[in-house]
Amino acid sequence: MRYDTQEHAAAVAHGHASFMGLDNRKMAFWAFIGSECLLFGSLISTYLVYKGRSLTGPFPHEILNIPFTSFSTFDLLMSSLAMVLALAAVQRGDMKQGKIWLFVTALLGLVFLGGQYWEFSHFVREGLGLTTNLFGSTFFVLTGTHGAHVTVGVIWLLTLWVQALRGKLGPANAMTVEITGLYWHFVDVVWIVIFTVVYLIQ
Amino acid sequence: MKSWLTTTDHKRIGLLYFWTAFGFFLIGGLEALIIRAQLIKPDGGLGVSAETFNQLFTMHGTTMVFLALMPLSAAFFNFIIPLQIGARDVAFPRLNAFSYWVFLLGGLFLNASFLAGPLFGADRLSVAPDAGWFGYANLTSRQFSPGPNVDFWLLGLQILGIASLAAGFNFIVTILNMRAPGMRMLRLPVFTWMTLVTQFLIITAFPVITVALVLLMFDRFFGTHFFVPQGGGDPILWQHLFWMFGHPEVYILILPAMGVISEVLPTFSRKPLFGYTVVVYSGVVIAFLGWSVWSHHMFSSGLGPIADSVFAGTTMLIAIPTGVKIFNWIGTLWGGQIRFTTSMLFALGFIAMFIIGGLSGVSHASAPADLQQTDTYYVVAHIHYVLFGGTILGLFAGMYYWWPKMTGRMLSETLGKLHFWLTIIGMNLAFFPMHFSGLLGMPRRIYTYSSELGVSRFNELSTIGAFIIGIATLVFFWNLLRTRWQPITAPNNPWGGSTLEWAIPSPPPVYNFTVIPTVASRMPLWRTERHAPMTPLPEQPPAPIHVPGGSWWPMITATGLPIMAIGAISRTLPIVFVGVAVLVVGIYRWAFEPFEM
Repeated sequence: MRYDTQEHAAAVAHGHASFMGLDNRKMAFWAFIGSECLLFGSLISTYLVYKGRSLTGPFPHEILNIPFTSFSTFDLLMSSLAMVLALAAVQRGDMKQGKIWLFVTALLGLVFLGGQYWEFSHFVREGLGLTTNLFGSTFFVLTGTHGAHVTVGVIWLLTLWVQALRGKLGPANAMTVEITGLYWHFVDVVWIVIFTVVYLIQ
Repeated sequence: MKSWLTTTDHKRIGLLYFWTAFGFFLIGGLEALIIRAQLIKPDGGLGVSAETFNQLFTMHGTTMVFLALMPLSAAFFNFIIPLQIGARDVAFPRLNAFSYWVFLLGGLFLNASFLAGPLFGADRLSVAPDAGWFGYANLTSRQFSPGPNVDFWLLGLQILGIASLAAGFNFIVTILNMRAPGMRMLRLPVFTWMTLVTQFLIITAFPVITVALVLLMFDRFFGTHFFVPQGGGDPILWQHLFWMFGHPEVYILILPAMGVISEVLPTFSRKPLFGYTVVVYSGVVIAFLGWSVWSHHMFSSGLGPIADSVFAGTTMLIAIPTGVKIFNWIGTLWGGQIRFTTSMLFALGFIAMFIIGGLSGVSHASAPADLQQTDTYYVVAHIHYVLFGGTILGLFAGMYYWWPKMTGRMLSETLGKLHFWLTIIGMNLAFFPMHFSGLLGMPRRIYTYSSELGVSRFNELSTIGAFIIGIATLVFFWNLLRTRWQPITAPNNPWGGSTLEWAIPSPPPVYNFTVIPTVASRMPLWRTERHAPMTPLPEQPPAPIHVPGGSWWPMITATGLPIMAIGAISRTLPIVFVGVAVLVVGIYRWAFEPFEM
């Protein structure tokens, strides 16, 4: 058991310990994502348990607009691509590209949120509110929780973008951008599950 | 004062956790004594009203689970884990401070409900949570609980959940990533192992109750019908979500205590833990199985014979890894040089009492038997044998074991033994008769009973036992307090322990280890067949050690949460926004604060 002893001991002494060779923040973030899976899992289960048990309309098939939401989904998927490009740019120190792609990621996130705002207000006009029926309650709480996550992500990305504009974000902070990316991709994956469960399999 | 408010030192945070949780433990105990005084004779011994009684048992359960037992374990996680793995601090010191402040403020918010009555146009002692510690729907719906009682409960628990989750991520990373060189997973002390397993349970179970509480909040504040049958909702969904959290929670409460006694028994038997790997893997298996048994809390809700059979089966299975642990502890004692210190007595008490609680638990696992027992005092007996006889005795063992390390002062063994015997007599007198009163038909959560039920004598005994526990706790409190006036005299290793925390002074210096040790065996301080004991660490650090300074932002960020809750409960949107603003500003200042690890 001497494999990395000396080097590791030096790192420990300086407070940069990492027994598993993985950054502390990144490991914590993976644990956080695991925890979030249970959060969304519980919400999606609640949606499924109450599926088809609404006492009054509007019902899902009368109101869900698959083409429109497909566009939102595509938009969010593209934002994940932009996130990958942003991270790659920051890692190789190309901050010009990094700034562009961070901003594009945030912008695509905003477009998604705008779509969700339009969808929600459209549903309310059509007579589906939070308390109308079980479909309304489960739908708004599930997609609303996801939307809140996207909002946090957009604020986070814009914060990084502003830091980049002020010249305070460079390859040394690549781990921060990588963790932001982990969050962003996770939120994206959750949306794909929600899109499938709520919209595609009615 | 300032240095405590801004501290990020895991040892200070551990002590803060300890004293805060101990304070809540006394409050929860006081509630229990009022409950028992009321039940001492038929038709009520104290004249407590049904409404007050409901608040007392709800707050007793909620306080003991979330504000006493979990944070008392957390006190040891904080103080002991970094020492056992050979680290200078936890992975995220400021997040650790944040967890503590959120816990403190959440606990104060919950308990403020006792005094808040006048603010809602009601009397004192009338708006505390009153729907039981598992808050079954539809007792909690706005229709049947129009006051703020349940609002205090659901907001308070959401706040406390954030504290537990943050600590969960922190300790998972700490244990996996901050180990000293050579501290492989199967060299970790068992207490550290059980802490790790507990944290995984916390980060997977707490999101589920968070969702349940959020749905309940939507029902109560915004008029949805998640748990309201009139709107098509299903109250049973609440039970599923609650117990999906609630059963892992049971293991969140017991695994740390199992870890404690797995440290105490070898030390005072002067023998390595028998079957270390099996004990560790049993803990992991218990955690996995703990996720597959939740519906055994719901046999009486009519799940059908298949679900009942499956959950009865998984519940009986979980007795196997638990039994394995018990046999390993007994195997550790076998042939050892046993020293009956107070800590050891509590550890032995844990084994004996936990076996009784485990056996009554297995009897609930049988669905037909459970239908006779459910909602009676038999279940109350079971829960107190596992949580008092198990968790609390285990935590007391840990307190007597680690108090010298935490403070540098020895607890009195004489008072300790008095504490132990009073506790063990009191708890058996209080909880054993409950098996009988339950099987004779006494339901739980009733504020009076009729003399014709034939349970009067059993209740009298239970009440006497409860007051003996109360006296025992005061003896312990006195024992703690009197150490404050002692000089710091505890040696590095007063008990001859084998793990790393005993290699450093008591109390440890702020940097813990002068030199980070390199670990070559499971019991670094003991001579074993294959390993010599570790060479002692130098008394002074060879080079100056940088210790991160404190920070105000964890505490300030934490205050945002109760402010939001106060805004919600008083239906004042601007206050909610103030809370959000505090939270956001706090997070930004925290993120951009120069804080060197």
